[in-house]
Formats: sequence, C-alpha cells, structure tokens
Amino acid sequence: MHGTHTILSKTRLSEEVYRIEVLAPLVAQQRKAGQFVIVMYDEDYSERIPLTIADADPAKGSVTLIFQTVGASTHKLALKEPGDAIVLLGPLGNPTHIERFGWAVCVGGGIGLAPLYPIVKALKEAGNRVTVISGARTKDLLIMQDELAAIADEHIVVTDDGSFGRKALVTEPLKELCSMTPKPDIAVTIGPPIMMKFCAATTKPFGVKTLASLNTIMIDGTGMCGGCRVSIGGKTKFVCVDGPEFDAHLVDWDGMLMRLGTYKEMEKEAHDRCHLEMQIEKLETQGDSAPPAAQESSK
Amino acid sequence: MSHKEEPVMEHAELELAALRAAPITPKIRMRIPPQDMPAQNPSARRENMQEVALGYSPAQAMLEAERCLQCKNAPCIAGCPVRVDIPGFIGKIKDGDFLGAAKVIKKTNLLPSICGRVCPQESQCQAPCTVGKALKGVERAVQIGRLERFVADYERTNGAVEVPHVAPITGKKVAIVGAGPAGLTCAVDVRREGHDVTIFEAFHKPGGVMVYGIPEFRLPKVLVQSEAEVLESMGVDFELNFLVGRTRPLTSLIEQDGYAAVFVGTGAGLPKFMEIPGENYVGVFSANEYLTRANLLKAYMKGKAGTPIYPSRRVAVLGGGNVAMDSARMALRLGAEEVRVLYRRTREEMPARAEEVEHAIEEGIIFDFLKSPTRVLGDEKGRVAALEVLSYELGEPDDSGRRRPVPIRGSEQMLPYDTVIVAIGNESNPLISQTTPRLQVDRHGHIIVDERQKTSIERVYAGGDIVLGAATVILAMGEGRKAAQAINEILQ
Repeated sequence: MHGTHTILSKTRLSEEVYRIEVLAPLVAQQRKAGQFVIVMYDEDYSERIPLTIADADPAKGSVTLIFQTVGASTHKLALKEPGDAIVLLGPLGNPTHIERFGWAVCVGGGIGLAPLYPIVKALKEAGNRVTVISGARTKDLLIMQDELAAIADEHIVVTDDGSFGRKALVTEPLKELCSMTPKPDIAVTIGPPIMMKFCAATTKPFGVKTLASLNTIMIDGTGMCGGCRVSIGGKTKFVCVDGPEFDAHLVDWDGMLMRLGTYKEMEKEAHDRCHLEMQIEKLETQGDSAPPAAQESSK
Repeated sequence: MSHKEEPVMEHAELELAALRAAPITPKIRMRIPPQDMPAQNPSARRENMQEVALGYSPAQAMLEAERCLQCKNAPCIAGCPVRVDIPGFIGKIKDGDFLGAAKVIKKTNLLPSICGRVCPQESQCQAPCTVGKALKGVERAVQIGRLERFVADYERTNGAVEVPHVAPITGKKVAIVGAGPAGLTCAVDVRREGHDVTIFEAFHKPGGVMVYGIPEFRLPKVLVQSEAEVLESMGVDFELNFLVGRTRPLTSLIEQDGYAAVFVGTGAGLPKFMEIPGENYVGVFSANEYLTRANLLKAYMKGKAGTPIYPSRRVAVLGGGNVAMDSARMALRLGAEEVRVLYRRTREEMPARAEEVEHAIEEGIIFDFLKSPTRVLGDEKGRVAALEVLSYELGEPDDSGRRRPVPIRGSEQMLPYDTVIVAIGNESNPLISQTTPRLQVDRHGHIIVDERQKTSIERVYAGGDIVLGAATVILAMGEGRKAAQAINEILQ
C-alpha cells in the first residue's frame, strides 16, 4: 500500500509557526491558489488536519505547508523531521476564482498570511493591482513578509501590540482603503474567524465584494461527513466541497464561530496532556527518569 | 475460536449425535429449532467495542446445516445478489467439510466473512427459504448468514485462506476508484484475468464504509484488513490518500496514465440532513461524521486517538436503518446515559437488519416509533438542548406499499437532548461528477450506467452506491462483479 509522503524540509519560522515542504508531485502539479490538503502525522491515531497550501514547486514535486502549533495534533505534526512520512490528501476544495478585477485588497492575519500568499501571487499574475494588509498579534507571528512584500503593489503591516508596523487591527487600514475613490474592486480575507468576521463587517457598508477562506472542523475533506457545514445566505454549505471560499457578507459568522468551539474543552485537555508528554520526553532524553506522578497522568 | 467450554456447544454436539443416530427425514429436519448464535452479554458488551456476535461452534453449524432441505429449485440462490450456491455450501457443512464449503462460497463471493455479518439475509436469501415458509416465519428459515460467517471464520482462523488464482499478466492496466465493497470486488475479478489493477482510495485505509461506517462491534476491522491483504497478495496495488478528481482528473487516468479502463465505486457519501431549524447547533452530527470519528479515527480510544468525540449524555438518533442502529449503539458504548432512536414509522417498516434491532434493544436503546423532530433548540452557547418532536400515526399505504405516516396535529413535545445524530441516508458525492464534465448523472447525482455498468464515457464503468443510491454491501459487490465482467470482455 502506498500513500504516505516524505517531508523534505522543516523550518521553524517562530516560536509557534513551522514550515514544512512535503514531496507530493501530483498535488504540486494539480493545486491552485485557495486549495487545501488534509494531513495526518501517522496512519493509526492521528486526527485529520486541514491545512491550506502556502506554495508549491511542480518542478521539484513539493508542496509547502505552514502551520501554527495550536493544539495536540499540530504539535505532533511539528515533531516530524525531514525524511519522515506523513499522510497527505489533496488538493481539496475549489480554487480561488481569479480574474482581472482591477484593484484587489488582500488581508491576512497570523497564520492566514501563508495561504494568502498564493492568492496574492495569482491575482498579481492576472494583472491586478494588489494591496496586502498583513496583521498579527505581535511581530514574531508575522510570516511570509519578504515574499508578500516582493509581489504586492502596496504592503501595509499592522500588529496588535505595535511591535512592528502600525499598532492597529487589520480593519483600520482596510476601512481607509475602502473609503478611497475609486474603492477596491475586491477584497480577500484569510485569518482567524473573528478577524474575517470584522473584515466582512468593514467592507460591507462600502459595497466592496469580499471573499473569505473558511477553515472549519473537518474530517474527510471530500463531502462525506458534513462536519464543516456552515450557513451561507441562509443555505447550508459544506466548506470542503462548496468552498473553502465564500462571499464574506453572506457567511453566518456567529454560527461558524459557535461550531468551531465544539471540541474546545477536549482540545484543551489534549493540548495540556500533549505538553506534559513532551516535557516527559525531554526529561527522558536528558537521561532523567520522569517523576512517577507525571507518568501516571500521561496515560 | 474456542467456545468448547460453553454448555450450549456441548448441547449442540449431543443433539447432533442423537439426530444422526437414525435416518433424518424432512419432517425431522423441520423440527430442529434454528440455532441461536452465541453473543456477548448485553450489559458487558455495551461497555466494550468487541464484536457482539460470537459465531457458531462446528457442532452448531452442522446442526443448523441439517435443517436445510436441499431443495432442487433452491429459492435461496435467487434471493442472493451474487448467487452463492447456498445448498451446495450447506451440504459441505453437513459433511463437516468446512473448507470445502468455503470454496463453494468463494466461487461467487470473495468476502463471505463480511457478508455473513452485514447482509440483510432476512430480506435476501432467507426470505424465500422453504423451511421458513413452511414454519411460517422468516426468522425460522435456515440461518444462511450465520453459516456463511462460520465457514469464513473457520477458513481464516485455520490459516486456510487461499489467494485466488491470477492468470498470466496481460500488461493491461485497470484503475479502481474507491476501496469499498464494489471496488474491492471489481478489483479481484479483473485481477484474476491477469490485468494490472490499481485501487485509488481517498482515505488512509482501504475498506470504504466497512472501515469508516460499520463499527468494530459489528464488523471487526481485522477482517476487512485481511481481505485487503488477500488482494495485495494477488498483486493488486493500493494508492491510498489519493482523491481521483482532485489529486488527478479521472480522464487523465485513461488519456495520460495508460489505464485501459476505470471503475468508479466511490459510494454514497454526502450526508442528508433533516432541513429543520437548529440543525447547525453544536451537537448535531451526521451519522457519517459520528461513525467516522469513532471507527476509522478510533476516537473511542480516548487519550490515544487525536480525534475527539462529543461527550454525550442524552442522544437522539434520527432514522431506522442499519446506520441508525450503528450510531445508537456506538453512542451507548461511548458513554451516553440514554440513547433513543426516533423513527417516523413503526418497527415493521424499519429497514435495519432484524438482528441489529434485537441487539440494540437488548443493549438498552429505546425506540420512539411514529416520531419525527420538527426543530432543534439550543442553549446560549449554541449547543443542543432539546428537540421538538411531532407524533405520527399510520395512514393509507403509499406507492411503496408501506402505510404512510401522517402527523398528528398539535402533538409536538419538547424533549431534552444534548446530541442529535442524523442517520436518514446519503446523497451521492458530487466530487467525481463535478470534476468530470462528460460523466452523465441523474437528478440525484447518481452516475448513469447501462446494463453492463458502463457510464457515458468510454472505458469508464461505475457501480455500488454511487449508482444505486445508499444500498447494501452485497448489492455494491454485485455491481462491482458485473462491471468486472464487462471490463474483462473489452480487454480481451
């Protein structure tokens, strides 16, 4: 049986953010901006983790994924090293609809900057003027900055704490751009759901068409489970086969945020346990035996 | 398996010896009661994931086989979608030639350990059984399914599973899309002829609904795995984590990759919801999602599996089929305090296998017949808090001949629940048709095929739920087999 893919390289971009390059020639060849993959750190017990494709190199046959260690599963993925095999399925979802809109504003928040990059690139290649707004909680979490700066016509950087760029939320410069004449022809937003919700609320009064790329809870990524369902303009849609991009003004953001919290408590518990296990492992590799109490609770 | 210590087994041995002391007339055969299959105790099994039914002992199987009248016209064979020679294999069991019995079955059915467990025998082979008819009850028919299962298990546990013969290689390549019952069956029959076969599967394990849908306690995964291993020993290639349509377009398989034919067996796989208010509240799941988390992703192994499962106390399962039974019994095993199945009609109309319904009742699942929800209510955090349920009564028969459920006005009741599992069926998965423009589908999205399973595209065949709508494992296998015949003919 075949079907696992080898990690070619791994880079730690910041405290919590990793970039891995995975050998997957068919996916690299087939993928388009806006699509995602599902990865598993092993074939037996791993959760299926949807990750948006940050970049691909068809000549080399590789795809690049960037992820933040937000829970137990992404932590375990981060422990994989070059040469290790992981499960990777894709490319999934519909590609971003790319055309010559005119002026496009692309807003990325935190880890969302990674999947924003291929969209910026595709919009640019289609002949658009592209303004990028990069936002993050703090300077350390700003990623893909060189890549984005190299292709964007304008690049605005904001951080919540002012550690880099403007001290502001992404919605502030977004509102300024929307107030201009002529206003942007299209806006694209990828990032934390709450950020996308407020981006949608910002562009709506100006009538700027806005696309948001949703990352909901998902199992198979092929339409089979319906766990990713979200209400779009009052109709239930599946993010995996109908999305992942939707008209941000039609998304039921509160409903989506609510569903994202389904396993919050269990995820927190698993995350804590994972940290404990990692600590134990560290102690063990240092030659110390783990304290009995900690061993007990790792079961 | 060793159940020899069980008193019921000794009893069967004694009975068999007594029976065989004198010539057995048909009248005597009819007097042998149907042999019950030993099962795990209900209170024990609702706490574990192990298989519920334990299977016959050799003596029990032989005793049950003695009930068969060996009818010349063999009505049972006509009731089997893959036309297993039922009197033939039962005759071998009677003689104690269990491996010979396995050989008879495997002429037409390569997956007897699976079919013996999941086929709806009471509406297939056992329905027209002469013994059942004479005794006026399908439940008194010869227990063909249990015998099939016994034979398959005997063959496997005795290490006697034979790898089917493969003809000299032809160098022609065939692609199978989907490693479920239809795809696996088609793969075997095409491979037998010596063609190169590659199965493309989107999940990380082969088996389709047999691994993501049907729970461990009804169909142990090791059985599915060993069937897949037989295919591997035949030289069938598995490409897992490969989504035809996305990873590679279907037409590229033929036009660029050199496949001479493609079989599409992608299954039903797009869950239906009730379309009632509140269905997106946290705690409402499709049965597909609930079961995939629990089965394929092993969410029941808390602490070890990365995939979480919703902590439930009061669960409502909507639907009356096997998937509803599986979901309800799984919820119970995952710790729910009360699990109720809400079904719009009555027990008689339930499409679930009789054995599954009996097992569910024994385990403490409560059935609310003639009930259907009208809306889901949530709490301030958007979590399921209650169901508004409407009562029905049976009216005049509808087109299907079943009495139509008619809602009773003003009978709405508010009942507290924290979890709702929707098991009312699937629509066809649009992925292949969306990414393959020339492929014709009907208004339900099912792929249109001719009598030889051929689609609107040359060299592309389809079968199973993607053609039939949600059906059964055995019907899917029947279609996979038919498609294989057609493929083998065009490759001659």
